[in-house]
Amino acid sequence: MDQIFQDLLYEYQRSPDQDLKELVNHRVLIVGAGPVGLSAAIDLAIQGIEVLVLDESEKVSTGSRAICVSKRTLEISHRLGIGKKMLDKGVIWNLGKVLFDRKKIYEFNLLPEIGHQYPAFINLQQYYVEEYLVSRIRHLQSQGYPVEIRGKNRVEKVTNNIEKVIVDINTPDGKYALSCDWLIACDGPKSTIRSSLGLDFDGKVFEDNFLIADVTMEAEYPAERRFWFDPPFNKGQSALLHKQPDGVWRIDLQLGWNIDKEEEKKEENVIPRLTAMLGGGVEFKLEWVSIYTFQCMRMESFKHGRIIFAGDSAHQVSPFGARGANSGVQDVDNLCWKLKLVLEGKSPESLLESYNYERVLAARENILNSSRSTDFITPKSNISMKFRNAVLELAENHQFARPLVNSGRLSTPSTYDNSALNTYDQMKEPVRSRVGSPCPDLPFEGGYLLNKTGNHFSLITFNYKLKLSLESLPVDLKIINVAEDDSNQEFIHDRFLGAFDRAVYLIRPDQHIAARWSVFKKNLLLEAIKKVIGY
Amino acid sequence: MGKINLKPNITNGDDFYSKLILAHEGLSDEESTEYNSRLILILANQIGDENILNEALEVASRT
Repeated sequence: MDQIFQDLLYEYQRSPDQDLKELVNHRVLIVGAGPVGLSAAIDLAIQGIEVLVLDESEKVSTGSRAICVSKRTLEISHRLGIGKKMLDKGVIWNLGKVLFDRKKIYEFNLLPEIGHQYPAFINLQQYYVEEYLVSRIRHLQSQGYPVEIRGKNRVEKVTNNIEKVIVDINTPDGKYALSCDWLIACDGPKSTIRSSLGLDFDGKVFEDNFLIADVTMEAEYPAERRFWFDPPFNKGQSALLHKQPDGVWRIDLQLGWNIDKEEEKKEENVIPRLTAMLGGGVEFKLEWVSIYTFQCMRMESFKHGRIIFAGDSAHQVSPFGARGANSGVQDVDNLCWKLKLVLEGKSPESLLESYNYERVLAARENILNSSRSTDFITPKSNISMKFRNAVLELAENHQFARPLVNSGRLSTPSTYDNSALNTYDQMKEPVRSRVGSPCPDLPFEGGYLLNKTGNHFSLITFNYKLKLSLESLPVDLKIINVAEDDSNQEFIHDRFLGAFDRAVYLIRPDQHIAARWSVFKKNLLLEAIKKVIGY
Repeated sequence: MGKINLKPNITNGDDFYSKLILAHEGLSDEESTEYNSRLILILANQIGDENILNEALEVASRT
């Protein structure tokens, strides 16, 4: 497994930009080639926007990082061209089990519905995700798409000007500078760009430490998320076990806060802990170990002039709930179509304010949930510990207490309630598909409805025969007609119609719902489109 | 105030009161706290309504 951390994915190469006296301008510069930066690069490139990615290394992100990829992220990845590949490699899971001491007290199923292309979650190592994204970029390059990655290009300083951003970069061949129209900062929790601008990052550091380990082993454990409170092998603490591809298992062991990190990381101390957890007879090989202290932080605003922050550079969460990388990818899903419209002159720059509104809303939701999970897993006061244990004890025998057991509220996409881009919700129900929410999936024409949407605006009609000329519309619109029949009737009513007979949905390029009507009028559509593109 | 009922509503108040004290007999302070925590959660679930629970939390802090 070490090899993957050695392979050069984007080897340093001197660029012609470095030899020119004047600054070369790029339309969009992305700093950071992690899952968020690379997803943004593909998203912009496939929409015809010239994009350059800079990363200080030449390799995948080191260590055991994000592993749980949510359904929404898979849908976005599908739109970007790697969803199927991720699904094929990943380990699918929907079921979570929570144990207290030795007994199972709670079980939850994340996707109790059928009729979706993608499962609730897959487990896939971050290095695979990055590899697939880079591979996709290489393919796009071979097709002539305007995307480039430069490794060993370390951004040291950025200057936000009215018209451009100036970027100072250091390379093995020395320093050079570039300019760009827009810069997307995807350079992680310790973002150099954020600190070089002197910007805040406020929140809470949790005074607790977790041992993160990847082990390879042949084990009969099923592919489900398994969480222990107060297990016999880690008394008074917690543990988490997740299956990954290649027979690699991810283990998180809570260690408490007053520990000697260097001691705890030593193999001779880690191995006995893992042996106690996995059972004496299980053979395993330790692939990776590190100690992680959590924080929940965010910037006040994610947009600063022409510099936009996405992913961990903008917000950080504790990992319970898989809300880190997943929300970062959803950030750029939200951003890129807006940036494209602005760059094409079809939208005012103020459209980008909605990125800030919508993704700060999502970040607050993610931070709230992951903080609550962290408080439940690591109670901070005696009385908090008492209540926490009361929940666990009651949950064993009484159903009512089980939903209170919080070992992580798993990531779901946010609904952008009250966004300035939303059109008044004429239908009001179903609530799950209200304006601002992500469009539900549906089996459709031998495939899935969501695959027909994305990258452009869509108008989905349900039992509606529309005669519509698309000429006077300011953006391209694709019409998708869905007719109710025996096979999809239940899904359609649950997910789109409620008690209505028919409806029309306007879907954004990021597959969120911009408007919906049970009584459709063309002038309403025109108003809705103007609103969603920022007018 | 909203929906919370602060008028006498316990059937056989004295009876419940003495049972509550009795439930703690023989328990250490710590065990009593644990018992009370479980009891609060059970009763909160019975009440269920978010607004009433919020008001109850508030009344308890004011008194």
